[in-house]
Amino acid sequence: MNYFTSTLAIVSKDVRSELRTRYAMNALLMFVVTSVATILFALREDEVSTEVLSGMFWVIIFFTTMSGLSRIFVSEEERGTTMTLQLVASPSVVYFGKLIFNCGLTLLLSLAVTVLYLIAFPSFIVKSIDIFLITIFLGSIGFAAVATIMAAIIAKAQAKGTLYAVLSFPILIPLLITVMKATVYALDGELFSAALGEFQILISYLMIMIAGSYLLFDYVWKE
Amino acid sequence: MRFIKYLSIAFITFVIIAGIATPMVLQPQSLFEFPIIPGLEDKARNIFFHVPMAWTSVLAFLFALYYGFKYLRTKDFDYDIKSVSAAGLGMMFCLLAAVTGSIWAKFNWGSFWNWDPRETSIFILLMIYGVYFALRSALGSDEVRARLSAVYAILAGLTAPFFILIMPRIVGGLHPGVKGDTSGSIPVAQLHMPLNMFCVFFAGLMGFSLLFIWLLNVRIRAARVEHQLSKKESLR
Repeated sequence: MNYFTSTLAIVSKDVRSELRTRYAMNALLMFVVTSVATILFALREDEVSTEVLSGMFWVIIFFTTMSGLSRIFVSEEERGTTMTLQLVASPSVVYFGKLIFNCGLTLLLSLAVTVLYLIAFPSFIVKSIDIFLITIFLGSIGFAAVATIMAAIIAKAQAKGTLYAVLSFPILIPLLITVMKATVYALDGELFSAALGEFQILISYLMIMIAGSYLLFDYVWKE
Repeated sequence: MRFIKYLSIAFITFVIIAGIATPMVLQPQSLFEFPIIPGLEDKARNIFFHVPMAWTSVLAFLFALYYGFKYLRTKDFDYDIKSVSAAGLGMMFCLLAAVTGSIWAKFNWGSFWNWDPRETSIFILLMIYGVYFALRSALGSDEVRARLSAVYAILAGLTAPFFILIMPRIVGGLHPGVKGDTSGSIPVAQLHMPLNMFCVFFAGLMGFSLLFIWLLNVRIRAARVEHQLSKKESLR
């Protein structure tokens, strides 16, 4: 098998095991619903500014991904299949397979949050759809990139759940600040060119994070 | 190392005496007078301590990063000892910089914490140090701990350009050298400091860096002994 097909094999293996149990999907969707409902209770009657709405939007995505995305490596460790995976595939193949799976999961979650937001908040109107979609796309991939390498690190540690969000937070801050700002642009109906600087930051962040994780993954993965 | 120790003591003593005792006047005539900077006045003296501390905490992070990188390349456990010693000192200097900066901010900008970009970045640096030690304590064996904490330090270091170069310029804030800073009333950013002030400032940078190197050396030696003892303990 060449590099590309073996990466796809890892992805399809994860998708299939996910579809069989639906563990992550169900739990994460319920997590999204819970957090949107909590925010609704707090802000029911208020006229909220776009800054607050976009901030809350990404806070939900942050905590949802931080509660579920570590499973990708933790489950391998729990089932004792890490060794097998180490035998059958090279580290970078495993990394990219897991990254693609996490990207898909995060994109789905962001979409779910968007839909819920559109229903729940009348003041959440996306005026520049192009900025919004690109922000969601780049932001989700950025979240997935950081979440994947952190999951690989955390799978070896004790107190996995608590440490995972804490570990990812300092690294995710540049991303969080930028996507929040870009989402405010989208809600305020700015022109596409206004958000161009934010997209440049997002793309450079993505490239740095994925390249760095790719280079360092060998050291995390191999015993 | 003894030479470095005495040199750092000499530099810091000089900074304390010269930085605090030199009078500030409107029109400095001699070498022993600093100009008054409007809006800062005597509070400007903090620059001789606050900036070197912040600089040393970044320097310590770079040391921890470099030794972590060396550990991954060589798997020599001594590098992990060096890396963690540098990180511990960096955390101390980072705390000192945050405290001195926040006291300065209270009297100059009105509140202890303003989320200005540089304050955000020192907060992140503090968080990275904290998380680094939290991660280390959650990892079981020595080898795994050394390997994964080195990886984490390098990953955290990768995001540094965003805080140092990009964020202060797009967000805008209170420190000199940020977006929209045209006044130039604070001379540090453009290094328009008068020569005598710059000498004291530079002595502060040197003094604190050398203090760090000396403390690092002491800590590394102590950690080595501790490691040897724990190895002997486990053999018994």
